[in-house]
Amino acid sequence: MKNIIELDQVGMVYETGSGPVEALRDINLAVGEGEFISLVGPSGCGKSTLLRVVAGLRPMTSGTVVVGGVPVTKPIPKVGMVFQAAVLLKWRSILDNVLLPAELAGLNPRDYRTRAHELLELVGLSDFSGKRPNELSGGMQQRVALCRALLLDPPLLLMDEPFGALDAMTRDDMNLELLRVWGETGGSEGRKTILFVTHSIPEAVFLSDRVVVMSPRPGRVAEVLDINLPRPRSVETRASAEFGKYSLDIYDLLTGRQSGESGSALQGLG
Amino acid sequence: MNMIKRKFFEWLPASLMFLGLLVLWQLAVSGLGLREYILPSPAAVAHALFSSEINWTGHIIVTGTAILGAFLIAAIGGIALGTLTAWSTVMGRALMPFLVFVNTLPKVAVAPLFLLWFGYGIFPNMLIGALIGFFPVVINTAVGLTQIDEDMLDLGRVFNAPKWKVFAKIRIPNAYPYILSALKVTATAAVVGAIVGEFVASQSGLGYVIITSQSSLNTPLAFGALVWISILGLALYGAVAVLSRVLAPWAEGQEN
Ligand SMILES: Nc1ncnc2c1ncn2[C@@H]1O[C@H](COP(=O)(O)OP(=O)(O)OP(=O)(O)O)[C@@H](O)[C@H]1O
Ligand SMILES: [Mg+2]
Repeated sequence: MKNIIELDQVGMVYETGSGPVEALRDINLAVGEGEFISLVGPSGCGKSTLLRVVAGLRPMTSGTVVVGGVPVTKPIPKVGMVFQAAVLLKWRSILDNVLLPAELAGLNPRDYRTRAHELLELVGLSDFSGKRPNELSGGMQQRVALCRALLLDPPLLLMDEPFGALDAMTRDDMNLELLRVWGETGGSEGRKTILFVTHSIPEAVFLSDRVVVMSPRPGRVAEVLDINLPRPRSVETRASAEFGKYSLDIYDLLTGRQSGESGSALQGLG
Repeated sequence: MNMIKRKFFEWLPASLMFLGLLVLWQLAVSGLGLREYILPSPAAVAHALFSSEINWTGHIIVTGTAILGAFLIAAIGGIALGTLTAWSTVMGRALMPFLVFVNTLPKVAVAPLFLLWFGYGIFPNMLIGALIGFFPVVINTAVGLTQIDEDMLDLGRVFNAPKWKVFAKIRIPNAYPYILSALKVTATAAVVGAIVGEFVASQSGLGYVIITSQSSLNTPLAFGALVWISILGLALYGAVAVLSRVLAPWAEGQEN
């Protein structure tokens, strides 16, 4: 498997009015082509920063990032990005928001209308294509942002808590849809590569090939866990003993607790 | 039906207030026996408004053209200058101090110079109005283009959008509410400028009517001109308000 993302000793220090803030320290991580990787870690540990650095939106202050064999010095091409906030343009209709990437990339948005409608249908928002963002709930806006990221069918997706504002049921549905979009059923050939930030341990376990557990600020890689659950994953996956075991392991890593018998481990981190 | 009812009650206090003032005014004039050239009664003003001793239509067209011209020059010039300062930092650094300097000039005092340079007529009056009204447009355009959510700009970067496209699709729409609220100020400034120009020197226009009516002590006529001026001002202000509702419906209630 070819590595599509390689982070080598990456560090990031923000210069702020009240002095420097070290957000990331010595991050080493290699992501293979077609892999689904989740990042979990306490709030403020630098997950959003890491995604921005990989996307080339913020220059790291030390180390190197290589994406697709090219050192990252400017925004990388062919990436789908879901920001932590939905960041919809409030003057555009939902459909036009989804079509924005085509316009910005200099493509003819007309050619993408059908696809945009299909994507909105996929996330259950086909009735809202003519509405404006402020007429949608936070969770609905997040789903629109997801459609926007998928419009140009990018091979690499960077997703920052895309389902954070959804209720548990819709979230589970969206997880399954995301795996379908990723290409779970199509064999590892032609799969997208996904770097996925979440605060929900079960979500990370359910979706991922590997889960990267980060330590509190300055963010470092505390542990990388292989999730050897069979694919395609389904509702039954969540009920399996291994699923619970993985969730508990991650919970222990995040809390620094010795592995125990607590039943509360399946709760998200909040 | 419900809508009409609601509008009626919305406007009722203002209308009653207006009517009440008119009544008080009329009572004060007749009760105190004020001379017409000091303070004409509303009835006398109404009479002057429709009297045929003066060609109102002609004066209204002259002043209206000056106001509209002043507004358009200020709007277009202001948006262009604001965009220029936001487009490039160097340009902003070069232009801004100069624009601030121009804005601190007492513009009314510049009026005679404009008349000297451009001769009498509508054009210099337009320029005076534009000079008074352009600055808020420059500032608000520049602010609207630069005060923008960093995430939105990241959106442009992710798709490698060229700078002009980020302006066209993200920054400029983001600036609409700012620009439109500046244009409301400019609408008022355009009226002031046009009238000031006519005060300084003119052969026609509503400002001219006010000046000449003073020398003949025809105060009702001056009041009549005032009524027309405020109607023109209100019409322009209303047009801007409608425009902002059409162009930036998402900003309803967020602008001032
Ligand atoms: N633009 C910025 N300027 C200065 N400091 C920043 C900036 N963005 C993030 N930081 C700081 O960097 C650290 C990491 O922030 P980041 O947003 O990456 O965390 P996160 O892991 O995504 O948190 P959360 O889970 O709450 O979203 C925080 O301490 C934050 O204060
Ligand atoms: Mg974050």
